[in-house]
Amino acid sequence: MGFLRITSPHGHGPLSTSKVMQTVLLATLPGVIAMTWFFGPGTLLNILFGGIVALGLEYCVMAVRKRDPLFYLRDFSVLVTSTLLCIALPPYAPWWLIVVGVASAVLLGKHVFGGLGYNPFNPAMVGYVVLLISFPLQMSTWASPRGLADVPGISDALTALFANSQYDAVTMATPLDLMRQNTGLLVEDLYRQKAQFGQFAGVGWEWVNIGFLAGGLWLLYQRVFTWHAPVAMLAAMGLCAAAGFDGGSSESGGSALFHWLSGATMFGAFFIITDPVSSAVSNRGRIIFGALIGILTYIIRVTGNYPDAVAFAVLILNFAAPLIDQYTQPATYGHNRRDE
Amino acid sequence: MSGLSYSTLTNNGLWKNNPALVQLLGLCPLLAVSASVVNSLGLAAATMFVLVTSNLSVALIRNVVSETVRLPAFVMIIAAAVTAIELLMKAYTYELYQILGIFLPLITTNCVILGRADAFASKNPILPSAYDGFIMALGFGVVLVLLGAIRELLGTGGLFANMHLLFGESARAWHLVLAVDYPSFLLAILPPGAFIITGLLIAIKNQIDARAKRLAAAKADLIVAGSKRVRVTGKIS
Repeated sequence: MGFLRITSPHGHGPLSTSKVMQTVLLATLPGVIAMTWFFGPGTLLNILFGGIVALGLEYCVMAVRKRDPLFYLRDFSVLVTSTLLCIALPPYAPWWLIVVGVASAVLLGKHVFGGLGYNPFNPAMVGYVVLLISFPLQMSTWASPRGLADVPGISDALTALFANSQYDAVTMATPLDLMRQNTGLLVEDLYRQKAQFGQFAGVGWEWVNIGFLAGGLWLLYQRVFTWHAPVAMLAAMGLCAAAGFDGGSSESGGSALFHWLSGATMFGAFFIITDPVSSAVSNRGRIIFGALIGILTYIIRVTGNYPDAVAFAVLILNFAAPLIDQYTQPATYGHNRRDE
Repeated sequence: MSGLSYSTLTNNGLWKNNPALVQLLGLCPLLAVSASVVNSLGLAAATMFVLVTSNLSVALIRNVVSETVRLPAFVMIIAAAVTAIELLMKAYTYELYQILGIFLPLITTNCVILGRADAFASKNPILPSAYDGFIMALGFGVVLVLLGAIRELLGTGGLFANMHLLFGESARAWHLVLAVDYPSFLLAILPPGAFIITGLLIAIKNQIDARAKRLAAAKADLIVAGSKRVRVTGKIS
């Protein structure tokens, strides 16, 4: 553990990897509680099951790579990966979906590149996109939120996870789907006619997003990451949405508030794009990184065909992060920017 | 050809200089067509025909064609061979011809073929050239079929579907269904899956090579340990 020792100045306690990861896990709580309230215990069960699978996988991989597995399990990073992935998965997903997703995230997203700290892509999003591309049907069936249908109980959730047949939860198109498929209705009428829409965005979804926003703000207060990327992403997305709103015609993509509080916006802004490994490094770079993710998310959401766009936008910008770093490298103190 | 034996050629084509895993040539058909075993086999066979024919012809004319116009001449030969195999497949395996589509004529642009013509066949006699073409195509084909098998297995849960396209009606029964009620794993069938699996295959090959190197180094160290005098300079581990 030699690398954990720090030299002076000993101004404040260092945030060790393990500490950071535990803080992030804790910060997902408000969002997860909101998801559990509105969509039932499915997400919670996903997280539990995915976590067990992830720990087992990490142990095996580390044993194969001849490292000390317990040391690497103690940094909690694999639990963060699996938890973030499982939050993004639809509740009441079958067990094999979670196994394939977690395995893709841990093996293809992380260990193929050399483990934690070497991964060019966000592992959770790698797992998510593998699943979304491979199993579009299972990945786009979201349960209906509380208030529109009965929320499944714990036994229903267990059946959905382990039974062989597809579980018949009451599913509905998500507000994002409705907004994209809408061709004839003014946005105002859409809100009035479709039960899935609530006060600002979708029923349930707005609270889930507010939950993740709260968790994210707490992380910001804890100085786990800087404000640059999330603020840039939300601002860019809001600007795009405002530009495309045109007063709410049927052609518009929904208001800024709708996009902020729909789908995985807040979750992505505070938990995904703030990943220190796969994002840009400098503060200026993070602003560019976040803003481009916001723009891309809006574009893919409005014109694409997938349930949500955050994962794709994040992966594309993960590709671009080294390039952004190259052009936003801060000048060393005492040097001109032009100095080589 | 001096210095190049047939065993060296074999080793080069199949392993050390494998066109798909080491030279990374001809990736376009490799990635695009390898979604199933039958497609891979079809393209591998076509590539082999073209590569052997073109290497043979190029070796035949190597002393006649001048240095300056050699590339156009080679390309014409390759294009002729490709046209021939295309017509052949159109005549005898029409459905496979349709499935392979644009990737059959595109064999012309497969870098392996022009590469071997220019790097080997234009400098060597007929027989080694033909053998080099055969073994290079075999190395390419083995990887192609392996990739096709992995992708078909992961993607559909079965193997050897539609083999009748290549081997006649009796081959229809070769289809193995290994997992009933398998939710098709689309990623393996789509192009990203081809990239990922090719990358993993390359990683496995490099790993095997590295291990062989380590073993050889360990062996060499053993011999050094038994040398006559104690080493006093250089690396002491």
